[in-house]
Amino acid sequence: MNARSENRFRSLSSAAGPLLGLVAVYLLFVAIAPSSFSTAANIQTMARQSTIVVMAALGMTLVIVSGGIDLSVGSVIALSTVVTAWLLDRGSASPLVAAVGGVATGALVGVMTGFLITRLRMAAFIVTLGMMLLVRGAAKGIAAEQKIDAPITFLNGLLASGGTWHWPAGVWITLVMAVAVAVLLRKTIFGRHVTAVGSNPLTARLCGIRVDEVKLIVYTLNGLFAGLAGLMQFSRLTVGDPTVAMGKELDVIAAVVIGGGSLSGGEGSIAGTIIGALIMTVIRSGCAQMGLPNWVQEMVTGTIIVAAVALDRLRQKRL
Amino acid sequence: MAQVNNPREPSAMPVFVMTGMTKRFGATTALDGVDFSVRPGEIRALIGENGAGKSTLVSILAGAGKHDEGTMVFDGRPYRPASPHDARKAGVAVIYQELSLADHMTVEENICLGMEPGRFGFVDTEAMRRRAQAALDQLGHRDMRTTQQVRHLSAAERQVVEIARALSTGCRVIVLDEPTSGLSGDDSRALFSVLRRLARQGCAVVYISHFLEEVTGLCHTFTALRDGRVAGSGKLDGVSVEDLAAMLVGRRSDAMLSRRTHGKPGDIVLTVDGLAAGKRLRLADLALRRGEILGIAGLLGSGRTELLRAIFALDPVVRGDVRVGAYSVGASPSEMLNHGVGLLSEDRKGEGLAAAMSVADNMTLSRLKGFGFAGFISSRSQNATTQKWIDALRIRCAGPLQNVHRLSGGNQQKVALARLLHHDVDVLLLDEPTRGIDVASKAEVYRLIASMAEGDPAGSRSPRSVLLVSSHFPELLAVCDRIAVMKRGELYPARAASEWTEHGLMMAATGQEAA
Repeated sequence: MNARSENRFRSLSSAAGPLLGLVAVYLLFVAIAPSSFSTAANIQTMARQSTIVVMAALGMTLVIVSGGIDLSVGSVIALSTVVTAWLLDRGSASPLVAAVGGVATGALVGVMTGFLITRLRMAAFIVTLGMMLLVRGAAKGIAAEQKIDAPITFLNGLLASGGTWHWPAGVWITLVMAVAVAVLLRKTIFGRHVTAVGSNPLTARLCGIRVDEVKLIVYTLNGLFAGLAGLMQFSRLTVGDPTVAMGKELDVIAAVVIGGGSLSGGEGSIAGTIIGALIMTVIRSGCAQMGLPNWVQEMVTGTIIVAAVALDRLRQKRL
Repeated sequence: MAQVNNPREPSAMPVFVMTGMTKRFGATTALDGVDFSVRPGEIRALIGENGAGKSTLVSILAGAGKHDEGTMVFDGRPYRPASPHDARKAGVAVIYQELSLADHMTVEENICLGMEPGRFGFVDTEAMRRRAQAALDQLGHRDMRTTQQVRHLSAAERQVVEIARALSTGCRVIVLDEPTSGLSGDDSRALFSVLRRLARQGCAVVYISHFLEEVTGLCHTFTALRDGRVAGSGKLDGVSVEDLAAMLVGRRSDAMLSRRTHGKPGDIVLTVDGLAAGKRLRLADLALRRGEILGIAGLLGSGRTELLRAIFALDPVVRGDVRVGAYSVGASPSEMLNHGVGLLSEDRKGEGLAAAMSVADNMTLSRLKGFGFAGFISSRSQNATTQKWIDALRIRCAGPLQNVHRLSGGNQQKVALARLLHHDVDVLLLDEPTRGIDVASKAEVYRLIASMAEGDPAGSRSPRSVLLVSSHFPELLAVCDRIAVMKRGELYPARAASEWTEHGLMMAATGQEAA
């Protein structure tokens, strides 16, 4: 086997593991869940349910490949919904302005996080743990600890269920973003720099890569995608809710990790991340359709996370 | 060689015998019927190029790998360790190139790690201290403070802690894998006296090294491996370095280190004025000319690595000035690279290369521009460029996309050097470029460095300049135009290489004679 095909094989197999897992889980539920599980309508529902996590996980993939972590994503989603609703309701802004405001708020939080990590040389885990509380508090403050009702606009149609083959715009937007980030990560100089910073930051510095600059951009992009995820969340809720998406950051991180991302950096792919998010949604949907209680779903999802990482380690040992 | 001790008892039975060891990885045979033994009180050298089978042999000995055929006998009993822990319990300790100490724990905690003396689950600090002290005494390091954290120790001291740990578990066979690759001459000599002491006490020592001069100076006997077979073994009396080198490469390597002929040096390309950085580098002045190879001879801890790192702006500068041509520079490594200055790190695995990335990515990481439009990378163009360097430097690998950690040390180093060539730097700062690589690769790296300084004979590439740091003085004498000695953080004025001898450099670097 020459190097090119060896590499193809490897990059294929790194996404192939999770993909196989997704197919297996799906077929399992097709076999044991009621027939309503495998309908086109349910598939669309699952796609809609995955959208928020996938959108946020696009940024998280970049963060994790660069060797970082961000625990504040759930809070940023909440803040983004609150800011969007506030602009629509109190600011009487146009829906587009409100949406941009919400997303920009997310990006701004990302800039702050990146700034703290790179300038003050603090561990990403600690900084984002702090930001998680800080941002959640800010969201509650802006909303005066209540939900902000907002007039119905086209924003609420982003994730509304469409016809059988007419999927909502939010899903398409997320897919387009996913392709863009995948290209960014695999095909651009910036993407190679992100991978190098995560793989070995000392080497990156030695090669003249401005490590801090790369990290700052990565966290900013992550904030931006968390803001976009917040927009999707707002679309489903139709209100700004400062308590929404509690613990969502863990779903987002889990998606990346199930998809082959390594918390020590340098590894991870957008395709894997999307598959990871879908695996979790399929389990949730399947369990719900079967009428299994919530605790069963949680235990199954937890098992899948551990199993995915364990399998990945085994695979790396063999190669 | 007056200091070589004969093994205590020439007739003593070997404490450890391997017979007909064979190990296959898929289609490749890593070991092919190797016999190996070591007696109490003997220091046996295990030598061979990278890939000759040393590591495989050692991993089997250490219980980290299984063999396919052959028998092992330790102390008259069959020996088949299931794990490294098993091997340690039996009395075989392997001390690896990458030391396995817990940085944040103290010397005594490290020595007793995993077998802390205690009562009811509480650590008996006094007993631990006594045990650590006893082991250090035995090694002649009575005055090492046992309560300090290991991360504050020098590389040589860490090695002593490792050996002390092996001793305190009662090991009778101690294997050292390239122990001096991170040590300066002084520290190496201290280590050798520790090893001789161990041997006198009846320990069997297996010594793995690329430095053949070291081997002939230290060891009593040797086993040379080539392509998984024993290429030669026996007593070292009357065996020369040239003989050993010939066994390793399977052909006579005449004049591995031949003095190069020097061209005419050009303008000054790099000036360092009164540079001080960190704790180690106190004062350095130098001027490097185009087409010149300037050697920095210094022991470990002399500040030589810090000098290169400060020039390259990897470490903050306390005072002083670095100029490239006429420009004052030095804000960041990226700016230095923009000015055509590149650094080869002494720590190939930790800093020099991103192990999980491909040969192509590692080689082109500092200059990815030009492989595509607007920030995109065309894999085809990147791989073509990489292949060009792979061919030019004769790097043995499966291709541009292979992960760099699968390459041998010598080939990894060529990838790191190729990165500087791809970036097309004018000034190369090379920190221990031949550390931990085999004899044949070393010769190639020397040739490569010399050819860089000569530039392209066709005239399309002007000569580059090299600042070469090494603790292997014969290497400096062979390759450099001028050599400056670094001692205790100060750089002394450079002199022509022809004015130096190895002995003179050693004297100057250890401070036994004013440089």
